[in-house]
Amino acid sequence: MNVETAHAGDASASAVAQSSQVSAVKPKSHLKVAGQMLGLAIGMFGFGYAMVPLYNIICDITGLNGKTGRVSVESVASAQVLDDREVIVEFVSSINQGGSWIFRPEVKTMSVQPGKLYTTSYFAQNLTDEFVVAQATPSVSPFAAAKYFNKTECFCFTRQPFEAQGSKDMPITFIIDEDLPINIDRVTLSYTFFRSPEQGEGADQS
Amino acid sequence: MSSTDVTHHAADDQGHDHDHDEHGPAPGLMRWVTTTNHKDIGTLYLWFSLVMFFIGGAMALVIRAELFQPGIQIVDPMFFNSMTTMHAIVMIFGVVMPAFVGLANWMIPMMIGAPDMALPRLNNWSFWIMPFAFTIMLSTLFMDSGGPAGGWTLYPPLVLQMGDSFAYVIFAIHFLGISSVMGSINIVATIFNMRAPGMTFMKMPMFVWTWLITAYLLIATIPVFAGAVTMLLTDRFFGTSFFSAAGGGDPVMFQHIFWFFGHPEVYILILPAFGIVSSIIPTFARKPLFGYDSMVYATASIAFLSFIVWAHHMFTTGMPLAGELFFMFSTMMISVPTGVKVFNWVATMWRGSMTFETPMLFAIGFVIMFTVGGLSGLMLAITPADIQYHDTYFVVAHFHYVLVPGAVYSLMAATYYWLPKWTGNMYDETLGKWHFWISTVFVNVLFFPMHFVGLAGMPRRIPDYSLQFADWNMIATIGAFGFGFSQLMFVYIIVKCVRGGEKATSEVWEGARGLEWTVASPAPYHTFETAPVLDAGTVTR
Repeated sequence: MNVETAHAGDASASAVAQSSQVSAVKPKSHLKVAGQMLGLAIGMFGFGYAMVPLYNIICDITGLNGKTGRVSVESVASAQVLDDREVIVEFVSSINQGGSWIFRPEVKTMSVQPGKLYTTSYFAQNLTDEFVVAQATPSVSPFAAAKYFNKTECFCFTRQPFEAQGSKDMPITFIIDEDLPINIDRVTLSYTFFRSPEQGEGADQS
Repeated sequence: MSSTDVTHHAADDQGHDHDHDEHGPAPGLMRWVTTTNHKDIGTLYLWFSLVMFFIGGAMALVIRAELFQPGIQIVDPMFFNSMTTMHAIVMIFGVVMPAFVGLANWMIPMMIGAPDMALPRLNNWSFWIMPFAFTIMLSTLFMDSGGPAGGWTLYPPLVLQMGDSFAYVIFAIHFLGISSVMGSINIVATIFNMRAPGMTFMKMPMFVWTWLITAYLLIATIPVFAGAVTMLLTDRFFGTSFFSAAGGGDPVMFQHIFWFFGHPEVYILILPAFGIVSSIIPTFARKPLFGYDSMVYATASIAFLSFIVWAHHMFTTGMPLAGELFFMFSTMMISVPTGVKVFNWVATMWRGSMTFETPMLFAIGFVIMFTVGGLSGLMLAITPADIQYHDTYFVVAHFHYVLVPGAVYSLMAATYYWLPKWTGNMYDETLGKWHFWISTVFVNVLFFPMHFVGLAGMPRRIPDYSLQFADWNMIATIGAFGFGFSQLMFVYIIVKCVRGGEKATSEVWEGARGLEWTVASPAPYHTFETAPVLDAGTVTR
């Protein structure tokens, strides 16, 4: 079981061995393998970015992260109302990073019937002396309820412009799907109010 | 071992014939700048990571000194936070990864009978990017807005609140990533194309196998990380809203993208260690590795599973039950191939003629203490328990057990094991054993108490803590200083060995197996310029 180097013999023999070895190894192209690996690396860089839309699609389907749905008014009209079931909806508000806002729901709780359309509103006031664009992001808890909590109209769909010290009531129209799991009798809708990073870029981008 | 000790004399003579004339290294400092020799580049990588080991270690000592007693005594909280962040970045990207790449550079061509790496110039670039990247990274500590302080995981929105030096951090991370990907491409090309005739895949040493799989992990995940930090960069400076909720983004999405990279990354930090230990234990047990095939398959399964377990880092972000269950069970599944490996190492030692030279001590220390870290990892995998453990010192104890007496011990074992091959001199065995025992005592004094304070609820990444954690923190700090300063012995032993000592034979170790032991010690500047002939009975692993 010896390990021998091929050129253990005299010089000419080693030269012959060397050339034969070289010709045996040469056909394998390093550039081909390296190119494939580089392609994989570039592909995975793209995959990193592809995870952004993938993530949003998965969140929409599963209701993960409490992302709520948006439905049209027509589809709501056909919904079946369950008279014998009541669900408490709680409204919560919070302000990101201590911005200068008043931001609160008009009512703290509502008792609603699944399948029926309801409207309520949030009040917001800009306490600064400058024009500010704000964006609210919704979250529904428990997450399992998120995909049954649908809105036909919401101030969170668009960016909201505020004059200096300006205020407004912002409506939200929602419906809870009649398929809401029977073990859920209380749903919390939470809004966080952000100052938009890009000012004055027009309202509707989300 | 009669199988490998026969023809070194021929190899020795050949090596010297080559070395003394035209093929030697260029003289002077430019040798190291322009070198394309795999051994030179391996040496550069190893010295670089040794230097970074002390920089990262000094940061760890700042952290532990502040935590010696409750209250804020030594550094202000912001600097403390940038120490925890930098310590992690330096140790992961500046110590463990480059050290493994250095070993790969040195050993893989010699193990597979290749004259050099496949792409030697690329190899030079891969190394020389790193010192510059780390200079940029470390320079942020001296900038007005300070170093990164939001944790090495760079979670938004916290990390986006960092000052303008953030751009330097991202730039440095990009370059470190480019270096890693180029190094990995080189390793894959070398292993695919440069094996000696007859060196089939299933004849490759385990170290080569584990590095092949690690290289794939690196190529597949580092670009994802590059994408994630690029998104952070554009969020911070160019008005995009990938992770900013105000613009419709989602900070939790960063965690998904980050850990899609981050979990394979932790296997990048440990798979080559498995390969090292799988080389050392058979040598000193004087038996072939038990269950070689199952080792290969276990390594591949760990690599595959590492891609589908990432969200176990995120159990507390809120996930549907189905997700929690999936990630819990897939995480636990990793303990099966890992268990196969530990079993195989123990079975290799079983009834072997074992001797306990320093590399073997470190390898056995690795097996025992890595398993401790593995078991606490299994505890963390249990979702309901993790909600209690999350972001406590229990997590810190877990990943330090797998990384310090795990990955770092494997690097020390590898250094002692191959140092005679690199330098031609035996290291000081007595000092080596002292180094092992002192390190092992202190590393446990350092990290074991962290389990206790973690279970008692002490959060990580804070400069101050409640009084009830004071005793264990004091003990951990004593362990940290003991461990840190005992590493000066390591440097002393290496330098002493480089400068001289008892001459090593080609085989070095009585039970050594594999092609790297058939060349002279020190390994000639060029080895296997003509491929070795491997017949059916040649032992290559």
